[in-house]
Amino acid sequence: MDELSVSIAHIVQRLRGSSLHSQIERHAKECLHQPDIKLDSLKEDVRTFLKTTGWERKLQNAVYRELHVLQPPHHLSAPPEHLKEPLAYMRTAQACWERRVFKSLNSMSSELEVPLARMRPAAEQKDLTDKWNEMGTDESDLSRFRPVYAPKDFLEVLIGLRNPNHNSSDGVSAKSHWGLIQVPLNVRDIKQLRQTYAELSLTCGQLGIDDNAHIHPDLFENEYVQMGNKVVLEQNSAASQQYIRQGCPTELRAELWALTLNATNQPQDVMYYEQLKAGVIQHDLLVDNLVYKDVKLTASNDDYYFVFEDFLYQVLLCFSRDTTVLEHFKYNSATPPKSYIEGKVGDEQCAVFYPPNGVIPFHGFSMYVAPLCYLYNEPSKLYSVFREMYVRYFFRLHSISSSPSGIVSLCLQFEWLLQTHLPQLFYHLRQIGAQPLRIAFKWMVRAFSGYLSTDQLLLLWDRILGYDSLEVVAVLAAAVFAFRAENLMEVTSLASAEAVLADLSTLKVMPLIQIFLFATAV
Amino acid sequence: MSTSCDAVSCSIKPAVHLHIGHAPSNAARSGVCVVDVHLPFGKPVNIERISFKNFYTASLSVRLLTKEPTSLCKWLTAIRDVSLMENPHCEDGAQDYCSLIREQMLVEPDHVVQIRLILRQPSATWTTFDLEEINIYTHTHQDSEEVSDWLSELTLVDQDPDHVQELPDSQSVSCSIQQMLALTEVMKNNQNSSSIGRYQVTHTHTHTHTHTRARVFNNVCMFQVNGCYDVNLLSL
Repeated sequence: MDELSVSIAHIVQRLRGSSLHSQIERHAKECLHQPDIKLDSLKEDVRTFLKTTGWERKLQNAVYRELHVLQPPHHLSAPPEHLKEPLAYMRTAQACWERRVFKSLNSMSSELEVPLARMRPAAEQKDLTDKWNEMGTDESDLSRFRPVYAPKDFLEVLIGLRNPNHNSSDGVSAKSHWGLIQVPLNVRDIKQLRQTYAELSLTCGQLGIDDNAHIHPDLFENEYVQMGNKVVLEQNSAASQQYIRQGCPTELRAELWALTLNATNQPQDVMYYEQLKAGVIQHDLLVDNLVYKDVKLTASNDDYYFVFEDFLYQVLLCFSRDTTVLEHFKYNSATPPKSYIEGKVGDEQCAVFYPPNGVIPFHGFSMYVAPLCYLYNEPSKLYSVFREMYVRYFFRLHSISSSPSGIVSLCLQFEWLLQTHLPQLFYHLRQIGAQPLRIAFKWMVRAFSGYLSTDQLLLLWDRILGYDSLEVVAVLAAAVFAFRAENLMEVTSLASAEAVLADLSTLKVMPLIQIFLFATAV
Repeated sequence: MSTSCDAVSCSIKPAVHLHIGHAPSNAARSGVCVVDVHLPFGKPVNIERISFKNFYTASLSVRLLTKEPTSLCKWLTAIRDVSLMENPHCEDGAQDYCSLIREQMLVEPDHVVQIRLILRQPSATWTTFDLEEINIYTHTHQDSEEVSDWLSELTLVDQDPDHVQELPDSQSVSCSIQQMLALTEVMKNNQNSSSIGRYQVTHTHTHTHTHTRARVFNNVCMFQVNGCYDVNLLSL
């Protein structure tokens, strides 16, 4: 009971003073004019009014959202860093990695003689305002800029992670771990996964399987879409999250994701987005060039996403200025970079975070946004959904932590699933110097964005949202290896293994996941 | 019933790992170690809470040496095999902060002169295991003022320095947002280089860390200091 009281108090504090709070207050005051509100039953009548007008549901959704990011009640003695990441050696590794990244950014700034941030002159501000919807046409020279790091650099850091208290004196054996990740995090096996992902079982209908053209829609699809319409009408985040576990109908996906994430597009959200845009116009950041470069290197070269180039700039540049993103560092093992304005190092009055949202983009970062462009064409709505997805899920893919949804756990889970269920394949790949993680890592870091065809990717991300976990990404990675096992057994080098797995664009993700989880002998 | 707790100064002996076998060099690790905590001589305590930081201990038993005024010393088992790590081979719970409270104990932990913590770690995965930052809190009688549990938990939250204090009145904020938007429009139309940022950096000190925070002000976020955001290098 004590833990519940603490959680309630936390959530109340978070929501108090929010725009939802003031809206509910305003509507409650306005309803007092209504004749059916009686003085002697005032509290009940106002409550009923808020219920029938949908405000109670909105509050429920807001509370549900807070529950997703609520940290478990912590021990009084636990310092803040323990809440971000309980294992000391992981905190140290994350801090070292961050220092490397920050040094790299500083070197880039010094070598290229480009400040990390500067105010744009008036003419430049006007120019950018005029070009806002077509920033992709800008032919500025980005050749001097290089990404601060790529996923493969991060992989090397994860491979080197060691727990100093881990007794690894025993040699390699059947019981030891054959993979690259050598930290003993708790990851789930197929039996446990079957329980968690029960809605994906062979006996449940799925979008991505049972909506296939040669299956009559009356068998599953029609009824499922009808249910989806009801869920949208109800406007209940919890119901929506449960529903999307079996997939989103294409026409309802945008609404269902926004509902599940409680990502609203109210006037105040649009206003906020405009303020971020003003921040972009006013100040030029070095990381903006990293964003431009990343988009040009990745999304612009992708057949599915090149049309959204301008949207990507509009979202990512604003994202860098958004200080509300800083809140997620309470539960992220990472720490935002700090700097001082006008060179006044050490003067805390002049301390700022850089970039304002504390997130330094890396090579491939724009691929977190690209698939969302298929769902939302209004920049402020697209922005709202992306930001929520980042602070709930994507940040875990590029920081070192012991979280079950963190990239370290996903890598370990992938390797364990492969070693347990495809030992011959794993052993063979290991022997030829083609450790499976070296191929699968780039897929998992991007949650498969840019590797699957878009419709399949969105079906995968349905399940990430539905189960509030990135675990399904690791399962899919193992399932892909299982699917191509025969070909992989015949390769004799890392390069040929990469070639077998180079093109995933024809894969159907849901059958692969379903077969791997529910048709593998245990 | 609300109680105030004070940490009692105690002497914590180094952990003694039990070995199987005679000579230390041949000893097999048994996975059991014992930590003795001696309370101040001649001053038996009534325990409210034992708190500690785990370091790879899988399960814990607690034995208490009690000495009531009119009887002899006797050993009692207060906690039997409470699990600290769900899976002894994996990292979950390995470095967590924990508390054992009076209500969890099998006997009343009163008149205690010595505490024996029996640590178990059956997994060979770990080189060593221990408990750190062990603190014993004494049980004192309730305050005269009755405070409900829910409110006392709220106080807990207020002590957290990370929480934003003094959230402003929403009416005045929405007015100032409108003013700022109007200002933005004016600025856009009259191009000059003056800035419209506001000083919004606040500082909190948490333990040994200094946190600089851009203040979130009813969805209005400014990242500049006095309208300035000229940044040269990150601090490492």
